[in-house]
Amino acid sequence: MTFDVYLNVAVAGVLTGLVYGLMALGLSVIFGVVRVVNFAHGEMMSIAMYIAVVLFSALHLDPLVMLVPIAAVMFVFGYALQAGLINPFITRPEHSQFLLVVALAIIIVNALLILFGPDAQTVQTSYAYDSFAWGPLIVDATKLFAGAAAIVFTAALFVFFRVTLIGKAIRACADNYTGALVVGLNVNRLYALTFGIGAACVGAAGTMMTLITDVTPALGPSYTLLAFVIVITGGLGSMPGALLGGILIGFTEAMAGLLFVPSAKSMFSFAILVLVLLLRPQGLLGRRLA
Amino acid sequence: MKRRWIGGQSRNLVFLLGLLAALLVAPWLVNDYLLTVLIVILYSAYTGQAWNIMMGFAGQLSLGHAIYAGVGGYVAAVLFTRYGVNPWIGFLAAIPICAACGAVIGFLAFRFGVSGVYFAILTIAFAEFARIGFDHLDFVNASAGLFLPVKQYTHNDLLRLRGTPTMFYYVILAAAFAALALSRLLLHSRIGYFWLAIREDEQAARAAGIDTFRYKMYAVMISAAVTSFAGVFYAFFYNNLFPEQVFNISRSIEMILPPIIGGIGTLFGPILGAFVLTGLAESVTSALAAFGIDLPGAKQIFYGICLLAVVITLPEGIWPWLARRLGVAEGES
Repeated sequence: MTFDVYLNVAVAGVLTGLVYGLMALGLSVIFGVVRVVNFAHGEMMSIAMYIAVVLFSALHLDPLVMLVPIAAVMFVFGYALQAGLINPFITRPEHSQFLLVVALAIIIVNALLILFGPDAQTVQTSYAYDSFAWGPLIVDATKLFAGAAAIVFTAALFVFFRVTLIGKAIRACADNYTGALVVGLNVNRLYALTFGIGAACVGAAGTMMTLITDVTPALGPSYTLLAFVIVITGGLGSMPGALLGGILIGFTEAMAGLLFVPSAKSMFSFAILVLVLLLRPQGLLGRRLA
Repeated sequence: MKRRWIGGQSRNLVFLLGLLAALLVAPWLVNDYLLTVLIVILYSAYTGQAWNIMMGFAGQLSLGHAIYAGVGGYVAAVLFTRYGVNPWIGFLAAIPICAACGAVIGFLAFRFGVSGVYFAILTIAFAEFARIGFDHLDFVNASAGLFLPVKQYTHNDLLRLRGTPTMFYYVILAAAFAALALSRLLLHSRIGYFWLAIREDEQAARAAGIDTFRYKMYAVMISAAVTSFAGVFYAFFYNNLFPEQVFNISRSIEMILPPIIGGIGTLFGPILGAFVLTGLAESVTSALAAFGIDLPGAKQIFYGICLLAVVITLPEGIWPWLARRLGVAEGES
């Protein structure tokens, strides 16, 4: 029995890790380009999760269907946030930016608390208890769908950054701020777009996450920390790194939950983070630190 | 420049002595509720002062200072409850232990060139590590929490740190002003000038011959040691310790808000910030209660909006701005 159990837990962990990876990708894109550390990332994730939960309970709209619309809503939210509030802080010192985003996070968490109360809410789809079996491997349908959707969304993002003109322009801003200004790019608008894209990643990840787990307002800060652990493990600013980090952390959490106590699982993520920061500070797939 | 009949430095001193005098007589003038508020204010002024040594002077952003207060509190509380050790001796034990924690974090980070945002996140990681670790450590009662024996105290026993809120008020008042004096002493010493050089430009500091690694280590260790007393005070004032609470990231954020709001790197900033923030939070609570609004979270939202307003309008913090207005030496820094 043992090997089967390990295999099943490992696969479930990797699938959850893909969703984590998509969430962390948003943080990585924002930091890589705008150079602002988004300490309200997990809080934005819980906004997306609540949108998905409300749409499901009020209109019976499946989170899988609502993936793109919710991502679009979060894009607008992120765009407005960067253009309206964060942009003047680009040149401020780190602690100043940090305070701004933390204030925002406090407002989001408590607004959600007032709107939805402290109790956990969940999405009960018709396939919530379905699973697929391949030989000894049994995979939850929800986790499989969530993982697959995360891969598709991430792939679309890769194509966007590699192929489209706007994607290339955003990468140019990240590589050389002054150079981007010199060639006439509208950096402020591209920053807002980038923040929007980062928020859309969180939107998609949050929507998928409702298939896997419950949502409470208090979850925000722990998702923020999780996103940081993943992004630094994978390499801040590296897109494949975020995905790899997500898979690694998802896998570690699942195995730690199986081998030790589930409540201690994030200790192992933090241990990985500390190891990575010490042995390879730029992250697994990150470029050398300047 | 216009000469004033009292120079900026002496004005500062007059201002400070006035504040101290007002705080010394405060327990006779205020009710129990306001006394508790004042204790919270002085507590956050103290922790803010401790954090300011590391970030405000040496420029190392720590977002995990809860670990030092938490470990300090646990050391003294465990020694007290298990072995009956006097809390002040427990505090003496907590100082080297917390300084050692700071040294480990600092050594690992500074050796490997982890700095800025990365350093900040490393400090969060260690604090979270401690939170979950203590949550599973049976020796300190794990997540069930550690409780100190509570009685109705009629007389104050300062030596054993057991007594009425008034006694705790004077303890934390003394601590807050001691931390202020220590900060001033450090800032105007050789080590303080080296810190400022590192904060402003680390490469230039190293080029000028400063052993930046060593002085950053001093900053972390001194800051951690000073913070440890906050934990001891917390443990004996509230008489309970839960890993989920004392190591929570919210504690770390609460510690750094007063100095940032008050004015980072200034001596008065943490005190002023503590008064503004706690005062604001308590007035909001009373105002909401007066209007009969009972929404959990409403207070925090207002708090967040005020934070936003301060960060947007006064990027350096309140004290530098106020100091210019009052014509006192700007933050003395």
